[in-house]
Amino acid sequence: MTTPVLEIRNLHARIEEREILKGVNLVIPQGEVHAIMGRNGSGKSTLSYVLAGKEDYEVTEGEILLNGENILEMEPDERAAAGLFLAFQYPIEIPGVATMTFLKAAINAQRKARGEGELSTPDFMRAVKEAGAQLNVDSAMLKRPLNVGFSGGEKKRAEIMQMALLKPSLAVLDETDSGLDIDALQVVSKGVNALRDGKRSMLVITHYQRLLNHIVPDVVHVFSDGRIVESGDKDLALKLEAEGYANYGGEAA
Amino acid sequence: MADYDIPTLKEEIDRETVEQVLALDVDKYKYGFETEIESDVLPPGLTEETVRFISAKKEEPEWMLEWRLDAFRRFQTLEEPNWAKLHYPKIDLQAISFYAAPKSFNGPKSLDEVDPELLKTYAKLGIPLKEQAILAGVQGAAESVGTPFGANVAVDAVFDSVSVVTTFREELAKVGIIFCSISEAVREHPELVKKYLGSVVPVSDNYYATLNSAVFTDGSFVYIPKGVRCPMELSTYFRINEKNTGQFERTLIIADDDSYVSYLEGCTAPMRDENQLHAAVVELVALDNAEIKYSTVQNWYPGDKDGKGGIYNFVTKRGDCRGVNSHISWTQVETGSAITWKYPSCILRGDGSRGEFYSIAISNGYQQVDSGTKMIHLGKNTSSRIISKGIAAGFSDNTYRGQVSAHAKAKNARNFTQCDSLLIGDKCGAHTVPYIESRNGTAVFEHEATTSKISDDQMFYCLQRGLNEEEAVALIVNGFVRDVLQHLPMEFMVETQKLISISLEGSVG
Repeated sequence: MTTPVLEIRNLHARIEEREILKGVNLVIPQGEVHAIMGRNGSGKSTLSYVLAGKEDYEVTEGEILLNGENILEMEPDERAAAGLFLAFQYPIEIPGVATMTFLKAAINAQRKARGEGELSTPDFMRAVKEAGAQLNVDSAMLKRPLNVGFSGGEKKRAEIMQMALLKPSLAVLDETDSGLDIDALQVVSKGVNALRDGKRSMLVITHYQRLLNHIVPDVVHVFSDGRIVESGDKDLALKLEAEGYANYGGEAA
Repeated sequence: MADYDIPTLKEEIDRETVEQVLALDVDKYKYGFETEIESDVLPPGLTEETVRFISAKKEEPEWMLEWRLDAFRRFQTLEEPNWAKLHYPKIDLQAISFYAAPKSFNGPKSLDEVDPELLKTYAKLGIPLKEQAILAGVQGAAESVGTPFGANVAVDAVFDSVSVVTTFREELAKVGIIFCSISEAVREHPELVKKYLGSVVPVSDNYYATLNSAVFTDGSFVYIPKGVRCPMELSTYFRINEKNTGQFERTLIIADDDSYVSYLEGCTAPMRDENQLHAAVVELVALDNAEIKYSTVQNWYPGDKDGKGGIYNFVTKRGDCRGVNSHISWTQVETGSAITWKYPSCILRGDGSRGEFYSIAISNGYQQVDSGTKMIHLGKNTSSRIISKGIAAGFSDNTYRGQVSAHAKAKNARNFTQCDSLLIGDKCGAHTVPYIESRNGTAVFEHEATTSKISDDQMFYCLQRGLNEEEAVALIVNGFVRDVLQHLPMEFMVETQKLISISLEGSVG
């Protein structure tokens, strides 16, 4: 059997004194898209931050293996270079830094960390043009400072564009549907689906089933009170949509 | 903290230099090497004899000596100012040598006569002095692109107290431009020097300017005749090499009616444990419809990570927009020096004249910066613009101090000031001290100031994309200073972005 792209074993994590993740177990094999659904405050976003290595969170127990390698001791940038990408629910503004500049800096930083040479400018421009066409990102948008004054849709398209260029082995999408109208949702979903190539794995975190009509998951997990409480196929998402999260207990949001 | 990688930042620098710098194992200052060259050094101390010695060494005419002696007498009545937000032990002028010159030096000369050790030094610094090769179109001579001083730049190289060579002089002379060391100008162009020297910064302007007037050793002189647009960037590269010496250079630039010049200044010094004094005076004169762009990349040795050593930089820079519709623009990037005390200013005397000040001041470690500008509106319809970006990291203190004033006749004076400060870490300080005075009811002055920190969220976002902490800070800071970077000549822009990264190394983690 090939090594799963992501394997989380009994993960416990807390912020300050409050335990948020209380024993998460999850295996995502190569090429699969898994969805995590749960009510607000169930710890879904915390899971994405802990995976990416945000320093406010302390892991007290458990392991995270990315392509078989324990990443808990790695810095966030090392995890990124190892193939982990997080599409933020609320992408951060970087004033004065053109989106294009940022893309190039990120790509080359990861290449450098992996001991690869810098991408040549023509190769970079070609990749940007290709990814941009897919996501309706034009050159005017690439000249603007990253996320500064971007609409909700523009921010999410910029996130997926970064994902397309950085080619991660695991993409974590945190509430990518939030703040999107139906048209923007379609563009973003199309971009994400284009990156499903049978090898890349994804973890799609969402509150609503709506997104999963567009990005159809292989497995759906229900998250409640800091752990996965049920797993099933995409029909589980429909059931949740109809019945709500009430059956899964935990604290109400 | 990540290892730093000098070769990718400046591949063209000699491996030898990199090794030397790395061997010192303190900071990231890459110009900290010392040139071993025999020098004539005046014993430490400051007396009237010192002034006479310098004047004699320069073979100056009597009037110049008198000018210096007058300054020296005034200096003896002055006290060191203490209004700036700077802390340092009293500077003992009697412990400083006021003159040092390479032994091989006997007046500026043509390139093939210059001591090879000196040429090597400037090559290490990325300053090409090989003009003939470039003019002959030889490939390879122009390889130092990526340094601020690209191929098409005329350079006056000042080493300790003397100007060792000035390139492209003949080319420039063809259009009537005078570009030489100030010592030569005193001898060769006394009428211009007499007319303009001290006309912008009077001898008794302030403690350091008066000291400079008495003991200045070298610097650059530029005269652009009427109606001439200078065909290339002019620049002076200042290098302090000798121990326990001060550098007191004097620069005078005159742009006659309807002329234009863009001038660049660069500075470096070896790493030393002792503090060294640099007290320069720069005077600019713009006559009717003339424009002077003056850009500085100041990268004096800032001291080590514990605040030991470094240059004390006390500089008086002032431009006089003497003619109607004249225009002076200062752009400065301040990354070096243990202490910076510097306020490049504009006197907007001519009606319709314009002054600009664009500044990036970065302080890290234990550096202290007290810098800003003065815009003195005297004429009608004068306008000025100030954009200042201060970045403080480590244990440093970074103060913007600026004055904008409109005198009674300055009808319709306009000023826009924007001061932004960025703090990295929680042990540094940023301060903004604006002085605004208006004696004319039609004057409109605007002042905006912001202070921000690099947020944890910004850092995490950049790290998640694969940038390490230092790359992330450098990227965010480069974004922060973008408005100012745009005003630098192209060659400087690229170099400055790299310099910003180097200056901020060690500021996080």
